Amino acid sequence: MIVADRKSVGEIRDMVQEHRRVLLVGCGTCVTVCLAGGEREVGILGSALRMALKLARRGNVTVDECTIERQCEDAFIDALAPRVGEYDAICSLGCGAGVQALAERFPKKAVYPGLNTQFIGILESQGVWTEKCAGCGNCRLGEFSGICPLTRCAKRLLNGPCGGSQDGKCEVNADLPCGWQMIYDRARELGNLDTLYHIAAPHDWSTSHDGGPRKVVREDQCIAGLGPRA
Amino acid sequence: MNNDPIILAFCCHYCAYAAADLAGSMRLQYPSNVRVLRLPCTGKLEVNYLLAAFERGVDGVIVAGCLEGGCHFLEGNLRARRRTERARELLAEIGIEPERLEMFNLSSAEGSRFAEIVTLMSERLQRLGPSPLRKGRESVHEAVEQMSAEAEAALAGDER
Repeated sequence: MIVADRKSVGEIRDMVQEHRRVLLVGCGTCVTVCLAGGEREVGILGSALRMALKLARRGNVTVDECTIERQCEDAFIDALAPRVGEYDAICSLGCGAGVQALAERFPKKAVYPGLNTQFIGILESQGVWTEKCAGCGNCRLGEFSGICPLTRCAKRLLNGPCGGSQDGKCEVNADLPCGWQMIYDRARELGNLDTLYHIAAPHDWSTSHDGGPRKVVREDQCIAGLGPRA
Repeated sequence: MNNDPIILAFCCHYCAYAAADLAGSMRLQYPSNVRVLRLPCTGKLEVNYLLAAFERGVDGVIVAGCLEGGCHFLEGNLRARRRTERARELLAEIGIEPERLEMFNLSSAEGSRFAEIVTLMSERLQRLGPSPLRKGRESVHEAVEQMSAEAEAALAGDER
């Protein structure tokens, strides 16, 4: 899932304080699961923001709250659309995709981000999320026993480990497990150690952030005659 | 007195609420400016309940739960402590003194401790002065009554 965390109340206050009516919009998908932008967090931020605005002598700014199921799909934004006319700004507690989906849907409204979108990751333990995927567009997990060196190795080495790997920890941070130690351990468990004799080819980053926003097209799913632009 | 701080106390039904009752039965004196709001367990408390109280202008909030290890629901009071800590951090971020909010642990037999806690918080809030978010005393009292009535109605619903 996409993992995010909240911006400070002060930063959000400074973004919205020149508006008169602000709608905080939560998202019921990834950011609800990572406890950053679901219904409960929207309620907490709403209360905190109203108090912060009052203390900044901006008590005339109205802050209301709502949460939709998914901000990154236009069909779900339909539920929000009838309310938006009453506000002059939206503060989204969705990920960066959610914020931009709202901005595209409501071209005449100011839209601000309430969260800092961090990474694609998983829940490591209660309250702790860790990055697992860089979304590079060219997955090579099969070469590395299911552990991604691009996200799990601090140096993004494809032929590791480096000399800084000691007792299974990374030299960058003593709390950080060495990605290459994990790759080695898992390959041994799987009886695949021989795969590590192969020199991994340099990564093809042309599928990552290159040439503007990436697009995935499934022609068979596109509406006939309209193509990917439909 | 008109300068008395307005305090809201979120009290667990199994300990602090009974302790407040006991303090009354024991004829103990404690400041009358505290409004007790009964919860089935402090684990019922959410961060936004605490913020909602401050938003409505109360000067201070007490969270009173069972002794650690003595929660009727095993760990409700431990969760409440973490939520109270988070609310204190948020108050500091907003610009309100976090000392206005504190969690205490006590048993139902500690009527005198309840009186001490209320006295301590009342004195602390006298020193800090009124909440910068408070408008008029009447509106705060009304809001506190409303929150209390909502909590009691929810509790009555749970008990049915």
